Amino acid sequence: MSEQHIKLPEGSIEKTTTTLNLGPTHPATHGVMQNILELDGERIVSTEQTIGYIHRAFEKIAERRPLYQITPLTDRLNYCSSPINNMGWHLTCEKLLGVKTPKRVDYLRIIIMELARISDHLICNSIVGVDSGAYTGFLYVMQYRELIYEIYEEICGSRLTTNIGRIGGFERNFNDIAFQKIEKFLKEYPDVQREFEKLFTRNRIFMERTIGAGPISAERALNYGFTGPNLRAAGVDFDVRTQNPYSSYEDFDFKVPVGTTGDCYDRFLVRNEEIWQSLSLIEQAYKKVQDFKGADAEIYHADVPEYYLPDKKDVYTKMEALIWHFKIIMGEIDMPKGEVYNSVEGANGELGFYLVSDGSRTPYRLHFRRPCFIYYQAYEELTKGAMLSDAIIVMSSLNLIAGEMDG
Amino acid sequence: MARPVSYNITNKPLVSDISMSEMPEGHQGEGFFATSLDKVIGLARKNSIWPLPFATSCCGIEFMATMGAHYDLARFGSERVGFSPRQCDLLMVMGTIAKKMGPVVKQVYLQMAEPRWVIAVGACASSGGIFDTYSVLQGIDQVVPVDVYVPGCPPRPEAIIDGVMRIQDLVGKESLRRRGGDKYKALLESYGIQ
Amino acid sequence: MVWPFRILAEHFRFSNSQIFKLIMSLSNEYIKQKLSEKFGEQVLGFEESYGMLSFEAPKEMNLKVMNFLFDSDDLKFRFLTDLCAVHYPDQKGKEIAVVYHLHNLEDNVRLRFKVFTDVGKPDVYTATGLFSSANWMERETYDFYGVNFIGHPNLKRILNVDEMDYFPMRKEFPLEDQSRIDKDDEMFGRGGTLGFGTEKTGHGTLIESDKGNIGGEIV
Repeated sequence: MSEQHIKLPEGSIEKTTTTLNLGPTHPATHGVMQNILELDGERIVSTEQTIGYIHRAFEKIAERRPLYQITPLTDRLNYCSSPINNMGWHLTCEKLLGVKTPKRVDYLRIIIMELARISDHLICNSIVGVDSGAYTGFLYVMQYRELIYEIYEEICGSRLTTNIGRIGGFERNFNDIAFQKIEKFLKEYPDVQREFEKLFTRNRIFMERTIGAGPISAERALNYGFTGPNLRAAGVDFDVRTQNPYSSYEDFDFKVPVGTTGDCYDRFLVRNEEIWQSLSLIEQAYKKVQDFKGADAEIYHADVPEYYLPDKKDVYTKMEALIWHFKIIMGEIDMPKGEVYNSVEGANGELGFYLVSDGSRTPYRLHFRRPCFIYYQAYEELTKGAMLSDAIIVMSSLNLIAGEMDG
Repeated sequence: MARPVSYNITNKPLVSDISMSEMPEGHQGEGFFATSLDKVIGLARKNSIWPLPFATSCCGIEFMATMGAHYDLARFGSERVGFSPRQCDLLMVMGTIAKKMGPVVKQVYLQMAEPRWVIAVGACASSGGIFDTYSVLQGIDQVVPVDVYVPGCPPRPEAIIDGVMRIQDLVGKESLRRRGGDKYKALLESYGIQ
Repeated sequence: MVWPFRILAEHFRFSNSQIFKLIMSLSNEYIKQKLSEKFGEQVLGFEESYGMLSFEAPKEMNLKVMNFLFDSDDLKFRFLTDLCAVHYPDQKGKEIAVVYHLHNLEDNVRLRFKVFTDVGKPDVYTATGLFSSANWMERETYDFYGVNFIGHPNLKRILNVDEMDYFPMRKEFPLEDQSRIDKDDEMFGRGGTLGFGTEKTGHGTLIESDKGNIGGEIV
């Protein structure tokens, strides 16, 4: 196109596009993924993604661990909302074993899962803000994620990679302090969310940055296997909580927000609205849990003797509990033979677990259906013809968590 | 069984809340203070470390919490996190490093200018963590020399801050001639870095 | 300016076609019947595990079956939930199973479809023409099991390093990196002098030559 001011060496190809490496370490890629962009000036012509920079071989590790030892692995899939992964795995195991959990356990699980969903959507939305230059929202919101971490800590002892719950329920009953912390969160958080929305939702600069960036139509989204808020922003109201209700979601009244164009602004709004719906779900579940009185309020797990450790005082006094304790700790429990696929609504979409068991102590094959891995393929189509700054915003609004992508 | 809910409601007197860093030893008089150069440089360097957060996985989220307002890392001088290796002092490797990522860590380390320090945050960066697999590098000290290891999975923000404070100790006490000396060269040689 | 989003309220979605469908709902027997009508003896192995119908077909027919399930107006399986593989080293001639999980979003029915292939020549036709989401899922399956998807636009390794020359998820390969010299096998329960941890389950990843190694000699 232009005249040759530079003498190119023999045999070199003249390229009209610039190659830009949005490499594995980059402030805007949250987690490690590499994008090689071909740019024509400021416009993107094509992208090529390389992932696998944090491949930790979860599926291979899972083939040699008994079921309850796989929960810490699932924590590290989508580490922004680990309780959802944990609960999803426990639900899969309970489906394989044929265990029905009591209602109180289900409601407690819903509280924890919705807190995790809020926590993940907060990170995603505030990082969209940071990437478009607005750092303040992130700081406000991080302060309130600490409250969520305190709730997890009260129940299971850990902040981030929680390993919360057991097959059949929870390891201990929620104590008064946990309930007080949940109440504190429910009381204080709505105002913060309103303030966060006031900062961004009708902010002219934010709207100009995100409206029209990375749109996708519903048909293409379905073809690419999108699920979760990204699909709902494109207009399809597919939510695993309403389609295949698990853990007593059918007892609750909540709405599923849906967008129209599937661009970044729609994704942002859908996630914000899902935070409100999650808050409402937590309030309803909290009220329902408070309605259990007396002996019912002490139920925190189902009866799964093969996988749930018995009470220590029973272990010291009863023979059966002693035998179960030994067998569980030494890992000598055989699983029922069969294949099961179970999925839950993770913060990014349908998180599925495909478990093949051949009747021995560890799974024969465990495959995680990871939503991030599946929808990142569409990145090229989302950014075709967009400008470079749009590419960054699209990447952060898709909520790509590297741990879940590589697994 | 219930213990009282613990919020920060007691008023602590200011004198126990603020700590002043100590003056190095030296001679002082009317309008001057004489001490050795490396003490002054150490004091200046350690209170203004610019970290490069190399956050790969879960420990990265705990780092985000550490940089937030609750467990502020900025009060230790690390206000400006940079992402360019040329401008940073401290490489904070947080999260699992896979074998595919190992050369990238090494490249970033090589691009940093002396003096540089490395902190391995989390079990995965220190020793491979719970992932003893074919694809995970069992600790970043296979590729770069590490100064401080912070164990935990993930370490609490207080632990990360403790790690940074130990780096501050190292930075403050480091001799100015260390980076040109033979022992340091031998250390880098053992990692294949000239 | 119009708010660019609307809220759709529902636990259960009853559009007009849904009400009609409830009368003749899409049950597993109906799916089995339609598949047998169309393909006869070639679709077999119908099982219903935990509510999900699962069947298999010869590997040459995988696209024909999926196209039929996609295009047919009463079995609208137009969403590919998952694509993975399982290695059964004991079934000679059918060692690697490629498993497709399909989903009919409108009637909310899921289906599992398997094709088996030989480990010596694991060629399967690619589903990327039908579902764009199969692109990376097939690359992952290739990376882990070595299944060669014919017609795939870009079949190369996705999660492991490009130089890797084996397929790690196959049962004969171990989990740990075998080239480490700094690990104390005794402490990690991997043989050593006392032989802790050498009894594995039947399908474990212990290599054949290591089975029965209980550390007879003191090193």
